[in-house]
Amino acid sequence: MKPFDYIRAGDASEAVDAAADGATIIAGGTNLLDLMKHEVMAPGRLVDITRLDLKRIEDMDGGLRIGALVTNSDLAADMRVRRSWPALAQALLAGASGQLRNKASTGGNLLQRTRCYYFYDTAMPCNKRAPGSGCGAIGGATRLHAILGGSDACIATHPSDMAVGLTMLGAEVEIMGQGGATRRVPLTEFYRLPGDTPHIETVLEPGELITAVILPPPAAGAQTYRKVRDRASYAFALVSVAARLRLEEGRIAEAALAFGGIAPRPWRDAAAEELLCGEQPSEALFVRAADTLLQGAEAQEGNAFKIPLLRRTLTATLSQLWKESSQ
Amino acid sequence: MQITLNINREECPLDLDPRTTLLDALRNHLGQCGTKKGCDHGQCGACTVIVNGRRINSCLTLACMHEGDEITTIEGLGAPGALSALQGAFVRYDGFQCGYCTSGQICSATAMLDELREGWPSHVTKDLTGEAALSDAEIAERMSGNLCRCSAYPNIVAAIREVAEGEG
Repeated sequence: MKPFDYIRAGDASEAVDAAADGATIIAGGTNLLDLMKHEVMAPGRLVDITRLDLKRIEDMDGGLRIGALVTNSDLAADMRVRRSWPALAQALLAGASGQLRNKASTGGNLLQRTRCYYFYDTAMPCNKRAPGSGCGAIGGATRLHAILGGSDACIATHPSDMAVGLTMLGAEVEIMGQGGATRRVPLTEFYRLPGDTPHIETVLEPGELITAVILPPPAAGAQTYRKVRDRASYAFALVSVAARLRLEEGRIAEAALAFGGIAPRPWRDAAAEELLCGEQPSEALFVRAADTLLQGAEAQEGNAFKIPLLRRTLTATLSQLWKESSQ
Repeated sequence: MQITLNINREECPLDLDPRTTLLDALRNHLGQCGTKKGCDHGQCGACTVIVNGRRINSCLTLACMHEGDEITTIEGLGAPGALSALQGAFVRYDGFQCGYCTSGQICSATAMLDELREGWPSHVTKDLTGEAALSDAEIAERMSGNLCRCSAYPNIVAAIREVAEGEG
């Protein structure tokens, strides 16, 4: 690990000032320190925000305001989340291990970096780690890689389960800048697609700090999070689906979908959701929704399996919600 | 930098490079070698310690971030002649072979049982708002952050189940 200066922020304005001055923010540190050990990231200065007052989950406008330092464990265990936003609790519990969830923060989970092997291996080219150096994944090992939203420069996936659940639920990110002013960005607009600048991953400006995630009021219908991975626990998603269905008189009145493991950001496709709405649920309909979603999918040899896997996972997930809604 | 860590209820002054992980502070600076370094990347759980009642990977956190925290290691859970319930159960059930992962397993299981008492659900809990039944599947899922390369899992699960049931 490269040497760095360590400072501890006493309040949020100290943290944003330090960040504006080039310091890297550390909270749970479970991903950042790993990347620093590999020297994929080598910040000259760390600003520790773990003493800031951002650890509360508060009721707000019928929804929740989740402080950026709330741990993944505490969020998954919160009875309000378990009862009213179960897909979020399920997504959190499907991620990482007990030890990591106890440390990982809500803000940090959103900002964790891809687990692309070539991003981690400093002997290999990677446009995300070293802009302009090329992409080792294209034509390489691509089991974890994107089939949607990638570019010629990068096909890395975003690894978070939590972010997929939050995206489906319509969450927003509360961001504080210098001077203390805050802005809110819907999670659907928070992540940038790689294009030819895969090293720029979000709309955060230098010196901005995530202070909270805002959950809208609970939505009606049945919801769930389903994750498919290489082993039963403690592995990143090959494909995951967060879904909510609301039926009215035997027809789908509302559908919300978000996908993990297949794209550089939690993936949402309005056309697939619209195709479902107003229709009578059936397996054939769910397959059509999957086909709409998969239009334009581009696979490598190593991740082509994700196309049929995603179709089956979406169909199974929607069938499960249909069954729950009809009971 | 000068810091003081509270480890097993003892104040320990240290002079550390900020890069020092909590794991390296314990092993290399304080000579408390019960906590093991396996992968050093948060994947194996051998370095698990308990901080403020919660299990974490000590390899993925900086020592300097833990001033004022209560840190408990395997040395703080029990001692020869005064084993904790889980330590005793691991011996009786032969919950190890080489023993390298054992202190991490026991620290993890100790805090995991607290999580269970507090009603935390897991990935395999059927009813998210109900009480989790202590099945082998629940124990395996909740302990998935601790790898055992000797694969003593059946006996590790049996040891944990005995302690959990003994309480219930």
